[in-house]
Amino acid sequence: MSIPMISIRSLAKTFVLHTQGGTCIRAFDGVDLDVAAGECIALHGPSGAGKSSLLRSIYANYRPSAGSVVISHDGDGVDMTSALPRTILDVRRRSLGYVSQFLRVIPRVSCLDLVAERLTAMGVGLDEARDRAGRMLARLNIPERLWSLAPATFSGGEQQRINIARGFIRDYPILLLDEPTASLDGENRTTVVAMILEAKKRGAAVVGIFHDDDVRGRVADRCLQLNRPE
Amino acid sequence: MDAELLRVTGLTRYYGNRVGCRDVSFSLWPGEVLAIVGESGSGKSTLLSLLSGHLMPTRGEVSYRDRDGRWLSLAELSEADRRRLQRTDLGVVHQNPRDGLRMRVSAGGNIGERLMALGQRHYGRIRGSGLDWMERVELDPGRIDEHPSAFSGGMQQRLQIARNLVTSPRLVFMDEPTSGLDVSVQARLLDLLRHLVSSLGLAVVLVTHDLAVARILAHRMMVMRGGEVVETGLSDQVLDDPCHPYTQLLVSSILQA
Repeated sequence: MSIPMISIRSLAKTFVLHTQGGTCIRAFDGVDLDVAAGECIALHGPSGAGKSSLLRSIYANYRPSAGSVVISHDGDGVDMTSALPRTILDVRRRSLGYVSQFLRVIPRVSCLDLVAERLTAMGVGLDEARDRAGRMLARLNIPERLWSLAPATFSGGEQQRINIARGFIRDYPILLLDEPTASLDGENRTTVVAMILEAKKRGAAVVGIFHDDDVRGRVADRCLQLNRPE
Repeated sequence: MDAELLRVTGLTRYYGNRVGCRDVSFSLWPGEVLAIVGESGSGKSTLLSLLSGHLMPTRGEVSYRDRDGRWLSLAELSEADRRRLQRTDLGVVHQNPRDGLRMRVSAGGNIGERLMALGQRHYGRIRGSGLDWMERVELDPGRIDEHPSAFSGGMQQRLQIARNLVTSPRLVFMDEPTSGLDVSVQARLLDLLRHLVSSLGLAVVLVTHDLAVARILAHRMMVMRGGEVVETGLSDQVLDDPCHPYTQLLVSSILQA
């Protein structure tokens, strides 16, 4: 039995909305999950069942109310619910990739550099980083004439592919994917499925939300069913 | 892991009976950008003045680790040592560039001043640094002999940044560095700052009321209200999952991204 890449125990998240009379919203609770290297787990459940909130809690973007999320990092386990901010950033930079549904980036930076910066942050030289970023964008059918432009004016599908390029340009040991194929056409969907399968093959642990049954069937090894808490 | 650069414990400052800031504690590591956010009067600027040694605390301590790894207590340094530290290792970027520039001295003179204060006397080398830094902050080096008053607000702000960074400080304090600028100029300055901070490995304490600026530039965030820190965390945690009632109010009222 290998050590899990992600190990989640009794995880719960409740939002308390102080500006709206202290309303409590339970996003999910009692979640247990182990994900091994090379394995892909699909989060499954109706809208509002807390799938995205769970993914964000694994990334430590949301701060869970209870439980633990232990991520394998440099051969050690880091509990993302209690780690120092700078440790969380180090885990994100080197071990944990996250492809969100929406692209949120700095105005004025070209999409080529947005992808390349994931490599330069790891010490790769600028020329090599841009070269590899270009190949990644080409694979995702982003035409070269767009590479020097900031993605603010891009279509939803193009922005999503920039996000995917940023998540897959490095070989993150763990990948979190929030509906990575939602606004893609058939050809690009096939490319992204191939990229997910390649990531699994090199040993990446993947947790994702896939609305498309066909995509989910091709990439996921098992599903974690989430239901809206009472 | 490497050591902290700045260690702040129980920092408190009263103005008579009124609280400027109370019981602020945190550590900052090299390369880290910390944003202090909050409304006017929340104690942000008081805290910044305490941290940079321009104001003395009522209680508590600010310790700074120098290049030799020694811990220095800012309040215990002699006036001369504190000034030397402020010129070499620390920088302050003011909201209004006029507060941080000498308006009657040329752009090159503004950049060279800190070098001269450190004992550099070679005119050609100082001018060379001036030209180099004008280029690095995207100013036309051909305008090195012009006075700052001939520059636009955005250019003045970039000159102020060059003036601070020329001595390779390790920790820079920025007070609303982009808020006096047009949105398009702001975006360009943000991009420049982000690039400089990461390439120089600078630690930055950034005071801002603009949460979008904080998200882009800062790794971590401290939310202040009434002189006290009410919430801390990674910037994306505080903005996407605010927990304190005041932070929730702030995020729901201001952020539209």
